Amino acid sequence: MTEPVAGEGGPEAIPREGGPGHDPSHPSDAVGVGAGTAAATRPGALADGEWHRLHPATPLLRGGIALIAIGGILVANLRDRILESFTGFHEGDPLDLVIDNGWLIPGLAITIGIVLVFVLGFYLSWRMHEFRVTDEVVEVRSGILFRTSRKARLDRIQGINIVRALVPRIFGAARLEVSVAGQDANVRLDYLGSAAADVLRRDVLRLASGAKAAPAAAASADGDSVQPRASALEQRVDEFLAPELDPTEAAPESVVRIHPARLFFSILLSGPTLILLALLAFGIPWVVITGDAYLLFGAVPALIGMTSFTVNRFTKSLRYSIAGTPNGVRIGFGLLSTSNETLPPGRIHAVDVTQPLLWRPAGWWQIRINRASSSSASSSGVAAATMVLPVGDRNDVERVLGLILPALMETAAADAVRVGMTGSGGDGYVGSPRRARVLHPLSWKRNGFIFTDTALLLRAGRIWRTLTIVPEARLQSVSLTQSTVGRALRVATVHAHTVSGPVTARIGALDVDTAIELFSDVSRVAITTGRADTSYRWGATP
Amino acid sequence: MSGPATSDNGQVSARIELPDVEWRKVSPKLIIVDIIGSAVSALLALAASLAAFFFGLGIPALVLAVFFVMSVVTVLLVPRRVRAYGYQLREDDLVFRRGLLFQRVVSVPYGRMQLVDINRGPIARLVGLSDLKLVTAAASTGVAIPGLLEDDANQLRDRLVDLAESRRVGL
Repeated sequence: MTEPVAGEGGPEAIPREGGPGHDPSHPSDAVGVGAGTAAATRPGALADGEWHRLHPATPLLRGGIALIAIGGILVANLRDRILESFTGFHEGDPLDLVIDNGWLIPGLAITIGIVLVFVLGFYLSWRMHEFRVTDEVVEVRSGILFRTSRKARLDRIQGINIVRALVPRIFGAARLEVSVAGQDANVRLDYLGSAAADVLRRDVLRLASGAKAAPAAAASADGDSVQPRASALEQRVDEFLAPELDPTEAAPESVVRIHPARLFFSILLSGPTLILLALLAFGIPWVVITGDAYLLFGAVPALIGMTSFTVNRFTKSLRYSIAGTPNGVRIGFGLLSTSNETLPPGRIHAVDVTQPLLWRPAGWWQIRINRASSSSASSSGVAAATMVLPVGDRNDVERVLGLILPALMETAAADAVRVGMTGSGGDGYVGSPRRARVLHPLSWKRNGFIFTDTALLLRAGRIWRTLTIVPEARLQSVSLTQSTVGRALRVATVHAHTVSGPVTARIGALDVDTAIELFSDVSRVAITTGRADTSYRWGATP
Repeated sequence: MSGPATSDNGQVSARIELPDVEWRKVSPKLIIVDIIGSAVSALLALAASLAAFFFGLGIPALVLAVFFVMSVVTVLLVPRRVRAYGYQLREDDLVFRRGLLFQRVVSVPYGRMQLVDINRGPIARLVGLSDLKLVTAAASTGVAIPGLLEDDANQLRDRLVDLAESRRVGL
């Protein structure tokens, strides 16, 4: 039995208070019995500062596979026993029969005892696993013998993810994960009722935004939208077939989607496929010429690995959508297991827009980001949350950038992005001096930066085009470096440090004086914009 | 290796210099600490190299010998490297520089500091020195100021914590 909240037992651990779970402050409503209990889907119902329990099917869904496996073993053994006793009876092996009969009752007792202990354990762990949402924190406490408790401060929330893996999704349950800055510091609520999870996310985001109260109209509309329960099964089917993105959540024109065909070809044109082709191109002639067919067998595991990787990547990115909501960007994907995450404004620390070589004829790009939290979602079979746009054309890129960096794309930086994606030299970007040709023989003209009052844009790469955008309000520090070769050429490198992630904001081969100027400007502006930035309370009205 | 711009042995004149920053130096005692550290590894390399040679292992002996020579060069460069360290508390940020062959200048806004760490190695403690390390949310910041006198390090830490507190910004 694994505890999802792997808290450090030390100072945060709450000692047991008296008997198991006899906290007087317990309200006894569990979340979302059935698909959508009206009580749980009412806005604010779960975010009222009281302790709540998770979905009652939680132990089944979390330990479900293990339980089924145990059940299967039991049944199989029982069947063996029955068969055995039958054959024993027919073939007349009295000793075996006696042993069988002698051990039957204790055996049964032990089995039932084990099952009871399991059930009791699951029940207790469900009872002791509680969460609450106050105006300040989201808090989870769990554990029977070793109590753990974990808090996430609302103003430090980096994103809220709702993951519906296939099996819980069939049962109408979802996992809600609140990411905060730091390695493995997320607060997970698994599982909640599917509808309750959506409502809870909205409430947490509203509390985190600093907005004084929920818009009354919206609240009442939400309350009404809970349909009278037709039948549990019908509702389940409706939920399963419902569009991944709730249409009321975001304006349709702000939604960017990917056509499955484009996704398919984009993956076909990426690295692993190339390796596969290369293998085939060398392998087949080799086999034909030498007649050593065993080489093919050696290639089978690699083939299987690559195929599963590709298929995985494809199914995970299916039904991708990104949309702007009042509480930030909402990125969703997944066909069978779905995941959708809301990133509040100002949580994106760096962005890069890249174009792999093979995508160039099609004019496709991808967008990745750096974020302060590292979601554990990747371990549970959902793609890492740093890929914001798996594939898209220029138009998509502009729209997605408009969603994730809205403030930036309203300023002059928007034009810089447009020319920065493909341009090379003579377009406003401050580039490398001619003498830096030695370092970047192909891309020295394209290599360059633009420094606006909101963002730093770096572009590089003639073959693998990259445009990196760093919002200055998110900069952590800046460095200026010069190697021996750089000193000889009088060039230097500027590196804007952001939280770690796939994006690195570094530009080399700049003229040394330009680099020093850029360093000074960036370090100055990072301070002023950082101080003026209030996006961590994005909903607060001044 | 070194190009025309560095021909005149002027490590200071060829440095990348920020305008209007008066660098504060670290304690010269750091030279002793660093020399001891590098010398120990040089001697170990030498011993291992000789041992390997003695046992007739030609290639490992050669590799270790090269390592020994490099360590000796490092020892010889220590005084210059220690003089190359510098830091300064500006109005809103701390700037730090280091390095001879690979120079690095970093600026860390006070508001971005997440924690300030003081470390003392065994040799550094003998001569009363401390290292002060700054941590931000970015792993690549990597600012560690070595060779501060113990009192200076403590004062600097308190000062930085105060500054960070008064200029606190979000992530």
